[in-house]
Amino acid sequence: MYNPQLNAQGELIHLLTTEGLPKRILTQILDQAAEYVENGELLNHKWQNLAGTSVFNLFFENSTRTRTTFELAAKRLSGDVSSLNIQASSTAKGETLLDTIHNLEAMGANLFVVRHSESGAAHLIARHVKKGIGVVNAGDGRHAHPTQAMLDMFTIRHFKGDFTKLRVAIVGDVLHSRVARSQIHALSTLGCPEIRVIAPKTLLPTGIEQLGVHVYHDMAEGLKDVDVIAMLRLQNERMAGAFLPSTQEFFKYYGLTPEKLALAKPDAIVMHPGPMNRGVEIDSAVADGPQAVILPQVTFGIAVRMAVLAIVARNQKASQA
Amino acid sequence: MKNVAILGGRLIDPLHNTDQAADLYLADGKIVGVGAAPDGFICDETINAKGLLVSPGLVDLAARLREPGFEYKATLASEMAAAVAGGVTSIVCPPDTDPPLDEPSLVTMLRQRAKKLDLARLYPVGALSRQLKGKELTEMAELRDAGCVAFSQGDQAVGDLQILYRAMQYAATFNVALRLLPQDADLNTGVAHDGDYATRLGLVGIPVLAETVAISNILLLMKETGARVHLCRLSSMAGLDLVRTAKKQGLPITCDVSINHIHLADVDIGFFDSNYRFDPPLRSVRDRDAIVTALADGTIDAICSDHSPIDDDGKLLPFAEAEPGATGLELLLPLTLAWAERQHIPLSQALAKISAIPAKMLGFDAGLAVGNRADLVIFDPEAHWQVTPAALKSQGKNTPFVGMEMKGRVMHTLVKGKRVYQFSE
Repeated sequence: MYNPQLNAQGELIHLLTTEGLPKRILTQILDQAAEYVENGELLNHKWQNLAGTSVFNLFFENSTRTRTTFELAAKRLSGDVSSLNIQASSTAKGETLLDTIHNLEAMGANLFVVRHSESGAAHLIARHVKKGIGVVNAGDGRHAHPTQAMLDMFTIRHFKGDFTKLRVAIVGDVLHSRVARSQIHALSTLGCPEIRVIAPKTLLPTGIEQLGVHVYHDMAEGLKDVDVIAMLRLQNERMAGAFLPSTQEFFKYYGLTPEKLALAKPDAIVMHPGPMNRGVEIDSAVADGPQAVILPQVTFGIAVRMAVLAIVARNQKASQA
Repeated sequence: MKNVAILGGRLIDPLHNTDQAADLYLADGKIVGVGAAPDGFICDETINAKGLLVSPGLVDLAARLREPGFEYKATLASEMAAAVAGGVTSIVCPPDTDPPLDEPSLVTMLRQRAKKLDLARLYPVGALSRQLKGKELTEMAELRDAGCVAFSQGDQAVGDLQILYRAMQYAATFNVALRLLPQDADLNTGVAHDGDYATRLGLVGIPVLAETVAISNILLLMKETGARVHLCRLSSMAGLDLVRTAKKQGLPITCDVSINHIHLADVDIGFFDSNYRFDPPLRSVRDRDAIVTALADGTIDAICSDHSPIDDDGKLLPFAEAEPGATGLELLLPLTLAWAERQHIPLSQALAKISAIPAKMLGFDAGLAVGNRADLVIFDPEAHWQVTPAALKSQGKNTPFVGMEMKGRVMHTLVKGKRVYQFSE
């Protein structure tokens, strides 16, 4: 099947979603990120992979953290980075998403890192950019957040080694979560035999089982004997209203507390994409506890984003030549 | 007015369910002879229909012409030309123009402009509520006198059931028909069928419930008010089941489906292709199969093009921001033929869905008997052509069928006995 992320040689030229990417490419990203981490000087050393490459971070939706880690990643690889926060204002002035893209192309962009509130925005851009320009999705609507999922995969592999023996539980607002969707696809491709999602029915999208997950509505059942717990962030605007009555009730039934964590395997790890809502989806005792790997996730995130940028830039260059 | 003889064609008459090789003679805008010319017929013009099919002109129950107000998307002239190029001789146009068709003078003006073009016949649908806002009723009786054949809210739902109830009571008072798109306003907040494909793409889903809840409400209100209702563009198996049951109970309800929903399903959206954004959304493969079944068993009365010319700016956007709809007037015939061929539906039965049956709803006979209107389409059922922007007369070039091969080409279109379109390479 046609995959817009791969060139004719089957190499990654855009990273838009983890869905449909072969295992060898996911592993390639993880291996290259591992090289940066093992180098030991991740945050000091400079690599030359992006020398002479112009990277534009286009954030149509706010995100300090993801944007910063992409900036750092590009700088570590000696890329020229420009970050633009393009809020609704430009569309209000009549400039369309593709107008913006074509303008930046004219400024000599080589790579676009895009965050947008609408699902499919990164696909749209990838379909319309000039040949030779790579697109990396930094989150589109509810659809995909592939670099977050890949840093989660990196974290899991780092602490657990083999995916093929793991039970992973994804907990919280799956309905609105691009992270959850990207995690599910990546875990499946990497051979994880049991993926669970745990949430009330209002926070689960229709037909999620078709993605190959087991659905639980009860934390005690869902967390039993799992190796990895991937918590999801609950957006402020969804904390009280039509999806959930209150944060208190959500925390009581779906918040990760030490008691609930005890139901998982004793060596289970706890992940969170950040920023955390302490006392809403996660108890501070867990967030700061020995099983949490939330801070290593952030560091690994830089390495994974470096790997993605380097691979996409290299393959785009090779396709050009 | 010229007397016309159409010679050597195969006549497919969906009204009388006949299929025969015969000549056809036209005079004064009517059919005056089948097989043999009437006494004293002096032929002014002959059309050679050898190897071609001759059928009543198509009647499209939903085609947006975009005038007044959206001339940047299409004009009456461009879309009327597209209609006759597609063999469509009667067009029902919804009121969702700018301003909407909520005043008799607007309707009169539109009809006059259409008349001047002298291509297809126009049947305007009036707005059910002022400005289509679903708050105040329009002057339905006056609008009917100005030429409105029915009343609708366009693609908006009447959010307030109290208003819908009153509208149906009022419509029943004057015995005017309503054409309603059954989509519950509160549940219809997404952009794609609420199923595992939308979940995969992270698109906000529209549950089938949006349709079934709306249909259930309409059926209850029909029973109470006695209003005549035609349901537009059904999309789901569950919705069709409700209509099937209501018809069995004898409720005077009719419905249609768009050509897009007969052929496509949500999985065809692929990687967010905005050409596949429709309202109502393309639903699951099971729903699409149920539509095909319901067409065959008569639950669905008619097929419409749901023609919506949209400019590129309206489509080159992330899926959820793109405008729903596609160009369709020129695809109504070949896509109906494709459905018939695949399902082994006899030609006259298939063509009835796009001529005789919708014509009945508008109050005229679309047949090939003496006395019937000389509105005709003459087409080559075996000719293949490719859908390309250049091949389409419509100003709207966006359709999911772009690049695909169609079978069935309109060679001549006649309205009121006059040739208004002839194919040329």
